[in-house]
Amino acid sequence: MLILECPYCGVKAEETELSPGGEAHLKRFGPGSTGEEFEAYMFARKNPKGVHFERWRHAYGCGKWFLAARCTATLEVFGTYSAQTTEPPAEIVEKIKAKRPDWKGTK
Amino acid sequence: MKRYSVFAIAREALRYHQGWEKAWRSPAPKPAYDAIIIGAGGHGLATAYYLGKNYGITNVAILEKGWLGGGNTGRNTTIIRSNYLQDPSAAIYNKALSLYEDLSQDLNYNVMFSPRGLLMLAQTHHEVRGYLRTVHANNLQGVKTEWIGPEKVKELVPIINIDGPRYPVLGALYQARGGTARHDAVAWGYARACSAMGMDIIQQCEVTGVRSENGQVTGVETTKGFIGTRKLGIVVAGHSGQVADMAGFRLPVESLALQALVSEPIKPCMDVVVMANTVHGYMSQSDKGEMVIGGGTDGFNNFTQRGSFHHIEETLRALVETFPMISRLKMLRQWGGIVDMTGDRSPIISKTPLGNCFINCGWGTGGFKAIPGSGWAMAELMAKGEPGPLAAEFNMWRFREGQFIDESVAAGVAH
Repeated sequence: MLILECPYCGVKAEETELSPGGEAHLKRFGPGSTGEEFEAYMFARKNPKGVHFERWRHAYGCGKWFLAARCTATLEVFGTYSAQTTEPPAEIVEKIKAKRPDWKGTK
Repeated sequence: MKRYSVFAIAREALRYHQGWEKAWRSPAPKPAYDAIIIGAGGHGLATAYYLGKNYGITNVAILEKGWLGGGNTGRNTTIIRSNYLQDPSAAIYNKALSLYEDLSQDLNYNVMFSPRGLLMLAQTHHEVRGYLRTVHANNLQGVKTEWIGPEKVKELVPIINIDGPRYPVLGALYQARGGTARHDAVAWGYARACSAMGMDIIQQCEVTGVRSENGQVTGVETTKGFIGTRKLGIVVAGHSGQVADMAGFRLPVESLALQALVSEPIKPCMDVVVMANTVHGYMSQSDKGEMVIGGGTDGFNNFTQRGSFHHIEETLRALVETFPMISRLKMLRQWGGIVDMTGDRSPIISKTPLGNCFINCGWGTGGFKAIPGSGWAMAELMAKGEPGPLAAEFNMWRFREGQFIDESVAAGVAH
């Protein structure tokens, strides 16, 4: 069972309390962008086997969106953090690097 | 390859069954092949089989990182149907169903295809309208399905509770030609036929890289060394994104866990397949007597081949209401597989940015039923270099163009 700590209310919530929201840190493309950019934004997810950053909502709790760093190959959770950011915070990146020395970073 | 027949059984019975040969060879890889297919699951083996049978290309290797048929082919709930909404889906799934009907004779291997009939229950008024629409669409597509009322459902499935307070059965979409087959036998039958044509099935051989020059694949790096090829087919389901990454392009797929489970075996009680999409559950009874049950996917990316327990709980909770008699059944086994989901819940059978590299993926939660049709279409694409009518609309560029084959509405969850 997946357990994530909500960074807003501090509750350690198990997954029935949460709603998954897909890949985090997407760069949005709108009118004026090329077909490739728009397609990549809409459909081409990274889908890594390993370190993955994703959006979650504490649906049956405080109701807020937050972000989580997780390993899709082992289901290990590296940490959760506020959604008010465009890239993973330094302490989360440090934690991942300590546990996954050959991690290539956020492509 | 010695043919299986009643005479073969009689002959072997007279000599202590010493004369049976192995169903397929396990050769070491040759330095190069005319075509390599990555993935010896149902779709990969079917692709190889129809490459040989329809196009005479037999200098083929099928590479498998685990054991053949050990991925989603060995992990599904074996349901076969073709009652899809969109025309391209109906065409390829109906082709698959037609091929399944005489697959045992074609392969000389009993795949235990059982056209026992399949019901998709309508348990809300929204679903009633949706399935009536599907029936009309199917009739235009030449796919024989019909709408039946709750009394007929009760007649076909005596163990069902049609007036459940929360999820009453308002009718069903019925496909009499649908059913099940023995999932392992499909992989084994294709493998035996491929091996008999001289193809090499190389198990325990993981692809670690794709080598290319000037936009053309020259071969693959594997745990058993480099193997050259003129054409490459990627048919690896859950790990499609990883292999595509090695080849240098990105796919619009995400990998999720889907679970299934079986109960202890009981006496025959249900001789059709019942799918209930509103409550995310589907059930059939295997020849051994186990109730085979499937549910919905997890909502998050996962490569571990195990899913979340609460999905099993939700599936069973809903099914117990529809089938009260299963409430005391013990569940024997539960397992998960990694399914590759596309944005429109339809597969990809497509050329790729590399000229001689082709991909077949994105079957999501419903690949087993499509195995023969998928192999047929993929073999045509690999042999000719251009998709035939079955595969044309399933190209990977449809997402850029907005030409979706939208089955997420029609299929909901259960496949």
